[in-house]
Amino acid sequence: MNRILADTLIVTWRNLKRIPRIPELAIFAILQSIMFVVLFAFVFGGAIPLPGGGSYREYLMPGIFAQTIVFAAATTAIGMADDIHKGLLDRFRSLPMARTAVLSGRMASDVVYNAGILVVLMVSGFVVGWKLNTGIPELLAGIALLLLFAFAMSSIGVLLGLGVPSVEVAQQVGFTVLFPITFISNVFVPPSTLPDWLQPIAEWNPTSTLTAATRELWGNPNPFVGTGLPAEEPVLVTIVWAIVIIAITLPLGVRRYRNMSR
Amino acid sequence: MRAITAEGLVKVYRTRSSEVRALDGVDLEVEQGTVVGLLGPNGAGKTTAVRILATLLRPDAGRATVAGFDVVRQAQEVRSVIGLSGQYAAVDENLTGRENLWMFGRLYQLPSGESTRRAGELLEQFDLTDAGDRVVKTYSGGMRRRLDLASALIGRPRLLFLDEPTTGLDPRSRLGMWDVIRSLVREGVTLLLTTQYLEEADELADSIAVIDHGRIIARGTADELKSQVGGERIEVVVHDRADLPRAEEVLARDGSGQWTLDEHTRKLTVPATGGTAKLVEIVRDLDLAGVVIDDISLRRPTLDDVFLTLTGHGAEDDARETAGPGAAA
Repeated sequence: MNRILADTLIVTWRNLKRIPRIPELAIFAILQSIMFVVLFAFVFGGAIPLPGGGSYREYLMPGIFAQTIVFAAATTAIGMADDIHKGLLDRFRSLPMARTAVLSGRMASDVVYNAGILVVLMVSGFVVGWKLNTGIPELLAGIALLLLFAFAMSSIGVLLGLGVPSVEVAQQVGFTVLFPITFISNVFVPPSTLPDWLQPIAEWNPTSTLTAATRELWGNPNPFVGTGLPAEEPVLVTIVWAIVIIAITLPLGVRRYRNMSR
Repeated sequence: MRAITAEGLVKVYRTRSSEVRALDGVDLEVEQGTVVGLLGPNGAGKTTAVRILATLLRPDAGRATVAGFDVVRQAQEVRSVIGLSGQYAAVDENLTGRENLWMFGRLYQLPSGESTRRAGELLEQFDLTDAGDRVVKTYSGGMRRRLDLASALIGRPRLLFLDEPTTGLDPRSRLGMWDVIRSLVREGVTLLLTTQYLEEADELADSIAVIDHGRIIARGTADELKSQVGGERIEVVVHDRADLPRAEEVLARDGSGQWTLDEHTRKLTVPATGGTAKLVEIVRDLDLAGVVIDDISLRRPTLDDVFLTLTGHGAEDDARETAGPGAAA
């Protein structure tokens, strides 16, 4: 157990050490999120009326945070695929280290990385008009929920990164799958504006429940249609989503890692 | 105790459309403190064999032990006595050389202080002290390869696997790498080395196993293999195609085996004994026969010659894909 923890910390250290040395990655991740803020706050936002009123920018920012967190899956998958491609995974696997530390270290460092990105985005959010209408405990609870979800998305990323043939495929799969997931949701538009058949999907989409949960925690506009469970208990549903995702993808990822010697 | 034993190793790579028997019953024995060269062309199964012995890959059949530990059932014990360095320099290019070594030392379960000390020693030993605090991205190919080898040595392994340590290096870096490997061997490390170059196996290995199509087809010392192949080669490039029959006649008489002709380049090759004296004799006889030549040279037998003699085909005739990192994923 001790060895798992120690080796996880070393792998985490290594992954974090890389971030400032390839600043482009973090900068573009932040720029991408800021681009969405600018596009929707200033371009589309004026055309999107919120049922029940409220500030669109205040509505938008929690969605942007959630969208960024969902993309954690791509970050992890790309990192994993890159380690395979460069032969580093082979090096790790030839060492007498705790086997799973390669995965746990990757997930731990990606959560820290996403926490950093979140801080930058929150500051940007304050600049364009996002407000915290509740207190510090609610702020921290919302951040904790986002990071729990980042961990779940990283767990998907591990599974994905170990399964793709190259870094480029990891990027492609990440974006072609994650973009629709973050758009068919309440991130940018109220789900009531979607066609009827799409509404339940958007409501149960974990990106939506995560967004709704943070809006609720922070007192931001949260016009959710329906009286279903996701609308009434977004925090609870988000936690369940995260646990289910981790419970399914983490064992599969570990198995895929062990089967690399097949 | 033998450092490495392998019996009947089989590894089959299956894809949707094909099946490649990368290893087809490999037996291997390496005595403690010796250097064994696994010599073969691309795709012969060298890398697969090393990956199995280094616990990265499980064999489909057969068994192998390293330092007495079974590579499948006691993989973690094997990992704590081996070092592996491959043809792909597997170091983190966004860390410095020192950080790489420290990290691998820690993961080899060395205490932090010892890792730091060992990293310093190895940077010194591999002539990387000045570059030690630079990010690996800025290193040359030769420097990366040295760092990769240093990483394999961080835990003072008893047994070292080097998979094509000089493939892709320029001649000067190759000679430097040879010096480094020789000094390791002097310290008593047991070494299994794969290579495509007969010259390299000759320089470094006590004994050689020749591998082709996943099978060991010959073993012995470099001298034994070379005498099997028949000494040196003399190559003659004839100026005028019309002179070829007369040149062939001369080589048939002066050479010590059957000549071969490369039609395209008008190059005749013949095994020969007697070194430069023989070279002079052939030049004189060609001159007497009125054959004008563009070039003549004496060279040592190559892997190609070994393969021609042992298998009847050249080493590069049917090169297949080598299993690279992650190939089995």
